[in-house]
Amino acid sequence: MEKITSLTVHETLDGLKNKEFTATELTAAYIKEMEKRRALNAYVLETPEHALKQAEEADRRYRDGTARVLEGIPLGIKDLFCTKDIRTTACSRILDGFVPPYESTVTANLFAAGASCLGKLNLDEFAMGGSNETSCYGPVVNPWQEERKLVPGGSSGGSAAAVAANICAAATGTDTGGSIRQPSAFCGVTGIKPTYGRCSRYGIVAFASSLDQAGPIAKDVRDCALLLNVMAGYDHRDSTSVKAEVPDFTKALGQSVKGLKVGIPAEYRPAGLNPEIAACWDRGIEILKSAGAEIVNISLPHTKYALAVYYIIAPAEASSNLARYDGLRYGLRVPGEHLDNMYINTRSAGFGKEVKRRIMIGTYVLSAGYYDAYYLKAQKVRRLIRDDFVQAFNRCDVILTPTAPTPAFPIGDNSMKENPINMWLNDVFTVSVNLAGLPGLSLPAGLSGDGLPLGLQLIGRAFDEETVFKAASAIEKECGFERLK
Amino acid sequence: MAIDRQTVNRVAFLARLKIDDDKIEATEEEFNKILNWVEQLNEVNTDEVEPLSAVNDLPLICREDNVTEGSQADKILANAPMAEYGYFVVPKVVE
Amino acid sequence: MIIEGKEKKWEIVCGLEIHCQIISESKIFSGASTRFGADANENVSFVDAGMPGMLPTLNRYCVHQAVKTGLGLRAKINKFSEFSRKNYFYADMPTGYQITQFQYPIVGEGVVTVDLEDGSSKDIRIERMHIEQDAGKSIHDIDSRKTFIDLNRAGVGLMEIVTKPDFRSPEEAGAFLKKLRSILRYLGTCDGNMDEGSMRCDVNVSVRPAGSDELRTRCEMKNVNSVKFVMQAIENEARRHVEVYENGGTVEQETRQFDPISGQTKVMRKKEFAHDYRYFPEPDLPPLVLTDEYIKQVADELPELPDAKKARFVEKLGLTKYDAMVICENKEVADFFEKAAAGHDAKKVANWLMGDFFAMLKRKNLTIDESPVSAENLGALVELIEKNVISGKIAKDVFEIMSETGDAPEKIVEEKGLKQVTDTGAIEAVVDKVIAENPDKVSAYKGGKTGLMGWFVGQVIKESKGKANPQIVNRLLAEKLN
Repeated sequence: MEKITSLTVHETLDGLKNKEFTATELTAAYIKEMEKRRALNAYVLETPEHALKQAEEADRRYRDGTARVLEGIPLGIKDLFCTKDIRTTACSRILDGFVPPYESTVTANLFAAGASCLGKLNLDEFAMGGSNETSCYGPVVNPWQEERKLVPGGSSGGSAAAVAANICAAATGTDTGGSIRQPSAFCGVTGIKPTYGRCSRYGIVAFASSLDQAGPIAKDVRDCALLLNVMAGYDHRDSTSVKAEVPDFTKALGQSVKGLKVGIPAEYRPAGLNPEIAACWDRGIEILKSAGAEIVNISLPHTKYALAVYYIIAPAEASSNLARYDGLRYGLRVPGEHLDNMYINTRSAGFGKEVKRRIMIGTYVLSAGYYDAYYLKAQKVRRLIRDDFVQAFNRCDVILTPTAPTPAFPIGDNSMKENPINMWLNDVFTVSVNLAGLPGLSLPAGLSGDGLPLGLQLIGRAFDEETVFKAASAIEKECGFERLK
Repeated sequence: MAIDRQTVNRVAFLARLKIDDDKIEATEEEFNKILNWVEQLNEVNTDEVEPLSAVNDLPLICREDNVTEGSQADKILANAPMAEYGYFVVPKVVE
Repeated sequence: MIIEGKEKKWEIVCGLEIHCQIISESKIFSGASTRFGADANENVSFVDAGMPGMLPTLNRYCVHQAVKTGLGLRAKINKFSEFSRKNYFYADMPTGYQITQFQYPIVGEGVVTVDLEDGSSKDIRIERMHIEQDAGKSIHDIDSRKTFIDLNRAGVGLMEIVTKPDFRSPEEAGAFLKKLRSILRYLGTCDGNMDEGSMRCDVNVSVRPAGSDELRTRCEMKNVNSVKFVMQAIENEARRHVEVYENGGTVEQETRQFDPISGQTKVMRKKEFAHDYRYFPEPDLPPLVLTDEYIKQVADELPELPDAKKARFVEKLGLTKYDAMVICENKEVADFFEKAAAGHDAKKVANWLMGDFFAMLKRKNLTIDESPVSAENLGALVELIEKNVISGKIAKDVFEIMSETGDAPEKIVEEKGLKQVTDTGAIEAVVDKVIAENPDKVSAYKGGKTGLMGWFVGQVIKESKGKANPQIVNRLLAEKLN
């Protein structure tokens, strides 16, 4: 029998229900694996006692017959989610030692469904990055070909790596420009960024409010559906969360895709597209076609502007969202003679390079005289990008694209160090989905020539995660991707 | 639009960040590179386009006027780097 | 007001921005209490403290209060409005930005009619009104090297009312503030206490040659906290501008501070150090959309406002314009008056209210709600005079007792036996007695000194201990002496 830590969430739930193992045994196994795999640097805080205590409760509930939907499932939580009485830092020095007196809605939902918390997972500082290298706790190592020291992607790099390495059953992620989907692709796991407004942002350290969405990163499509069932829902504490019914997403799995119109956007196949990525994409198209789906060529003409729009809007919102980190009420304080000196000293020491870069850009594009040229312009093009999708969805039901333009790259890659824009180009296939507020899922669909996972992205209409899940499960079933066990 | 040193310093102060003197030039250069790159948006005609700030076109749902939180100064101050007599404390504010 | 310069005459151009704290139970974007006077940081939610991941949620009642106020300012209510962030760092602004409204305020143009001393009135145009959150408080005087921060006020709802530059004199601005306060109190949307900071005023002043329509550089004075100081600040700042211009200088655009002790203003912030607030739409709150039905529903709930009440008191109750204005300034006074005047001579009630009654409140340092004399009893007192049960003179004594005991005037009159004697027989006996005891005065009267009639009347009333009805006394004396 394979290790219990290699099981998916749904397999684990079966095992717990059938008394093949207890939640305590399961949790202990995960804790052991966690300790063994510390070199990955996926966790920034381990909370084994906490998890074991939750496991006891889970075992009691299995005995009592009061088990909840995720009873006993040990999760890793991206350190961007505020967890009550558990240190939360967004992997930034500026939140040094911050212990929230409140719980984010998404984690509260998961824990109320019986899931437990193994610890807090590494990420790019304030979720700003595509490689997990901006974390103040150092980079995470991609568990695929660990010796090559590749990045896990970002910003939810710790989450994707931990799921891939089986040191949690599943994890939470957040996605502002691709932060769930790109690391999922790099680590060979499945992640979904739901429609903007599906999950509450309450208690999630904000990066760019109009783009941020929480979602699960898990071992397969079914696990994502199971977790999203629990994570999603209207929250009166988040005015941007939507009062829409949350269907049982697992019902969409395995349904026939016969007649489903799958859009293939021409703009996602630029001249220089990595041939392995292109081949993987073609294979995905073939799978859906063979399953009876109708392939439709579509155009998303403003795609090429999405990154520029994103790198105006996201930094602008971030520059404002991060103003609260001033050394006054929580986190790091570096003293200064006067208040302004204290602010400057604290923020200069507390934020890393990429975060400062984005705060500077964001501050600039909002400043007097430049707002119209940059921010307002970006908002207008944002509308055009969303309208592209609205048009496209008149012709198709779901869109299939690659998730990222490359497989995982080495930690410390020079071209990206020298020019931040090269790093940002990682988000080229994912940012439009955030700008348009749509659901997007990444699933592993093949390997590169040197054996690294490649991901495909499915994009759905707003609030139509079901179609995304349906198409994803069809690809998953046929592509025969082997997870790390 | 080219950014000069003065602008870099002004933006840094607005953001309450300090750019070390030896990094100002590099910052200036990088800033210009990024801004040149985003200026590709000028290719797009947006004359008749409304800006999009709220992506899901929702109406705002309001809260009832009830007191639901408070009497928790201990929790509010628990993470404070410096607090005295129930207040947050900072160095003297000078106008 | 015209300022006489050395060379020419100058006129004042002034506009006001008034921050009014919204009356509500909880804050505008959080569920913490707005109650004043709690221990430091007790009325603070995680949202107010700007904790990571916290999000604002809009208080429905604050919107209601804003719409109500907008209607009270006879202003356009914008069915679409939007919140924006105003970014700046300050110790008592925990998130580093204030949630306010910028491009799309909830209330558009309106008008307030102010009543001036000379009996004329003037329309002051309202530019806009928006809603936003208040900041916390920085306390500088506990320690010489530290500032203490209390966030209890952080997040309390504010309405910011911006006028057009329509004021031409300090008096107009003063009258406007009084009128605005009166309207807000009628509406119950803000208590309007400038000394407690629930209404705060920023003053923009410039001057120009009298009669011209140019707009010159203006200076802003922040947080001037009484009507008197606002008036002083306008006049002194305007005079400063005139002096600068007449000495060949130019006025710099700057933020100035009014010093209530010297009455002068001094520079706080030059234009080049002006903030760059980097406003942008608040991504945590979708736009606020109101329906016509909602606006109508709020309009239906509006109370009668001071102007309408004043007009009604003049037309229906026959008050003078001045009396009506004084009585209507304060809703409690107007309500008290209406209750007291119900069924009685309104003008007489108004005289009593503005005379002995106000004097009594002032002497005892009471508000009208605390008055020992109820509206009903004041009305009853006037009624007793009207029905000749007591004389006006006795009424004053009765009122004194009422203001001590709170008793009904009928009871006092009864118990103290102050009822006016209207029994002609009884009065006739006193008249006869007075005539009999003063033969010399009688012959003097009959000899042509008719001015003595007043003396006779006084004697009879005195003899009756003030209870004899003066009209009957007059009539009987006339009969007997002529």
